[in-house]
Amino acid sequence: MIAFSLVPTASWYLVLSAVLFGFGTFGVLVRRNPLVMFMCIELMLNAVNLSFVTLARQLNDINGQTIVFFVMVVAAAEVVVGLGIIVAIMRNRSSVTADDLAELKG
Amino acid sequence: MVVVGAVGVITRKHPVHAALSLVLTLFGVAVLFVIQQAHFLAAVQVIVYAGAIVVLFLFVIMLLGVDRVENLRTEPLTTQRPLAVIVSLGLIGILIAAFATGSGVLHERGSGILIPDSTTGSDANTIQLAKSIFSQYVVAFEVTSVLLVVAVVGTVLLARRIKDSVTEISK
Repeated sequence: MIAFSLVPTASWYLVLSAVLFGFGTFGVLVRRNPLVMFMCIELMLNAVNLSFVTLARQLNDINGQTIVFFVMVVAAAEVVVGLGIIVAIMRNRSSVTADDLAELKG
Repeated sequence: MVVVGAVGVITRKHPVHAALSLVLTLFGVAVLFVIQQAHFLAAVQVIVYAGAIVVLFLFVIMLLGVDRVENLRTEPLTTQRPLAVIVSLGLIGILIAAFATGSGVLHERGSGILIPDSTTGSDANTIQLAKSIFSQYVVAFEVTSVLLVVAVVGTVLLARRIKDSVTEISK
């Protein structure tokens, strides 16, 4: 079971990453601004990174940190493409919420 | 600090404020990386996330002028918010339960992470990570470089096509 103590242990970090992931999910589900939704996706990616680093430390295995490196690179590429798409959509129409993008016709 | 920043991202009405809260969270996570002896990843976190990605967000916010305050009181889809609360709390619960049940198998089995001290040198973590990336995962590393090139070219194409159509309309 998870053992809690005042000194931050691995379970603290894992619980923190779970909470961060939950907040990110909540933000993606609730917020209407596509940019803020993207920020929440970044939040979720960071939560996963945190748990990867924690487990790498606990398992004493460097491969966890290697995977975090690749996750960061892919997240950067994803943000670039996503923001490019958002800019392309927003230039055609002045709407700012994700609900207005429901129709597929440009 | 991390949790306060995360709450800020999902509750601030203004997108710029949300982006600055995101910076707070990312810095907090970088500090946690340092605590857990992942020094190189902490540096990359600050440079790439808190530096580049958030600046990119702020640039897009300024460029599009979408920094209008979002009205969080209105709820276009009824019962969406309670459902979102249930889903996210359930997700947190499931994750914590998974960590709790899986903590029994968490024993040291890797080849070891070097901790920088006087014997290993101050950049032991960076050297070890580089040896892992450039020997065992070198193919994945090359594929990521291809991915980055594709992302850059695709974004340039997206932005450029819009510019052409705008000039055609103006003609």
